[in-house]
Amino acid sequence: MKNKIRIASGQGFWGDLVDAPYHQVTKGDIDYLVMDYLAEVTMSIMQKQKNRNPNLGYALDLVDLMKKILPITKKKEIKVITNGGGVNPVACADAILEAAMDLDIGKLDVAVVLGDNILDCLDDIIAKGCSLKNMETQEPITKVKDKLLSANVYFGAMPIVEALKRGADIVITGRTTDTGLTLAPMIYEFGWENTNYDLMAAGTVAGHILECGAQSTGGNFLGDWESIENFTEIGFPIAEAYPNGEVVITKHEKTGGKVSFDTIAEQLVYEIGDPKEYITPDCVADFTSVKLEDLGKDRVKVYNVKGKPETKFYKVSCSYHNGYSATGTLTYSWPQALTKAKKADRILRKRLQNLGLQFDEIRSEFIGYNATHENLAPELDEDKINEIVLRFSVRAKDRKIVNRFGQEIAPLILTGPPSVTGFASGRPKPKDVIAYWPALIRKDKVEPKVKILELK
Amino acid sequence: MKIKLRDIAHGRSGDKGDAANIGIIAYDDNGYAIIEKHLTAEKVKKHFEGICHGKVERFDLPNIRALNFLLHNTLGGGGTVSLKHDAQGKTLAAALLRLELDV
Repeated sequence: MKNKIRIASGQGFWGDLVDAPYHQVTKGDIDYLVMDYLAEVTMSIMQKQKNRNPNLGYALDLVDLMKKILPITKKKEIKVITNGGGVNPVACADAILEAAMDLDIGKLDVAVVLGDNILDCLDDIIAKGCSLKNMETQEPITKVKDKLLSANVYFGAMPIVEALKRGADIVITGRTTDTGLTLAPMIYEFGWENTNYDLMAAGTVAGHILECGAQSTGGNFLGDWESIENFTEIGFPIAEAYPNGEVVITKHEKTGGKVSFDTIAEQLVYEIGDPKEYITPDCVADFTSVKLEDLGKDRVKVYNVKGKPETKFYKVSCSYHNGYSATGTLTYSWPQALTKAKKADRILRKRLQNLGLQFDEIRSEFIGYNATHENLAPELDEDKINEIVLRFSVRAKDRKIVNRFGQEIAPLILTGPPSVTGFASGRPKPKDVIAYWPALIRKDKVEPKVKILELK
Repeated sequence: MKIKLRDIAHGRSGDKGDAANIGIIAYDDNGYAIIEKHLTAEKVKKHFEGICHGKVERFDLPNIRALNFLLHNTLGGGGTVSLKHDAQGKTLAAALLRLELDV
């Protein structure tokens, strides 16, 4: 058994710094590279791509990335774990294996974790008595069944552990919890029992710290953010894990950013609810038990983590189509920029009203004044405002109504208040509104499956 | 005495469905004693009047000198449905730091 392993985060979301994983595998020693590609909206986008082309539906960037880093990860024996398989992990693995054929890297085992995508077997699941009630509204899923775009179960670390046990160099999953990606190599390398809930929680907390990439190493840091050096080459986080559950969060030497008590504390509180009940498929972690010790030199020890047994349920995330929206902007300059933008807002609202268009919601915001802090924004001396952007948005069930709104923005340039610009990109187009349906499913109703695909 | 929250604490915010979470972290133990006593869920609810349309829950993490607030019914329907420029509540931690506490 190894006495420590180093797990590096390479992506905080699909669209994060493209070269971050490359830097993680080249700028120092690591044992695992973990990459989170899936936000809730990502699954519905990928499902749409797969509907159009059965060979798509995963994070395409992953193929180019793997082509670039595979010769390095093979040589340095770094294993790669990612949920970038989206709604089509097999196609993703095939594409990576095909790219690997040109690389002359020898044997490569790519594992896929399947079974999370339940869109095609929903009828069966509902027939078995799962109503997949919305966790927030308690309504049964039959209410939106005809409009469903995706339905995925969040699996935890254990299917990845199985893949590692079966010799995988790369593990590609669909919907897996972000924390499971980091916890899995600890369970595998240290032989942890998955009923040792303090250890499960320790790995889960480390996963939470890693899951948003550089957000734990100085990115988006609201403390003394100006003290963060070299954002340009910011280092992504690395969890140095030990068999007893202690973890040191750090980053490669000579990279930018900072790892301190404060940067880690900010990430710990990010997007959590009740900190005593951080629920994952692997355990329920207690964030109020976590102790942080700043060791200096960009090293923070995370220890004393307590956990409880996991629940009997997996979380299911479904997405469904729920109408259309569009947003347009116009920029007004000094003098009286805010007064002009407010006047334009009133004119536009009246014109839409005169057209008899029924929207579910109309929203106007004044960027430069109140778009972020709304009514908390203090009044400004208007003579000191150089410019204001009117951001005007609508939402409706009917695409035609939203499209008609799009025709009303540009005319304001010639038919409203003066010194206005910023309309270069054409009429705002209706966008699909994707809504979420969070639900629970009993663990015995779905089964993760691990399959190994080989390049010999 | 009035204390600006931004002088004694920092934080981070994000989305949980239509709820926003705001984690506020004191820079030191004195700061934590102040926020623990004075930064109540009621005060946060009042601060976000007109923005937060649901209840505000507070959870304490004394281990990292932090309080976590869950602001229900705040993001205009949640991440992808919301028409808000800040649909994920990313700037709400900064908005809470505008608060002044009477201590």
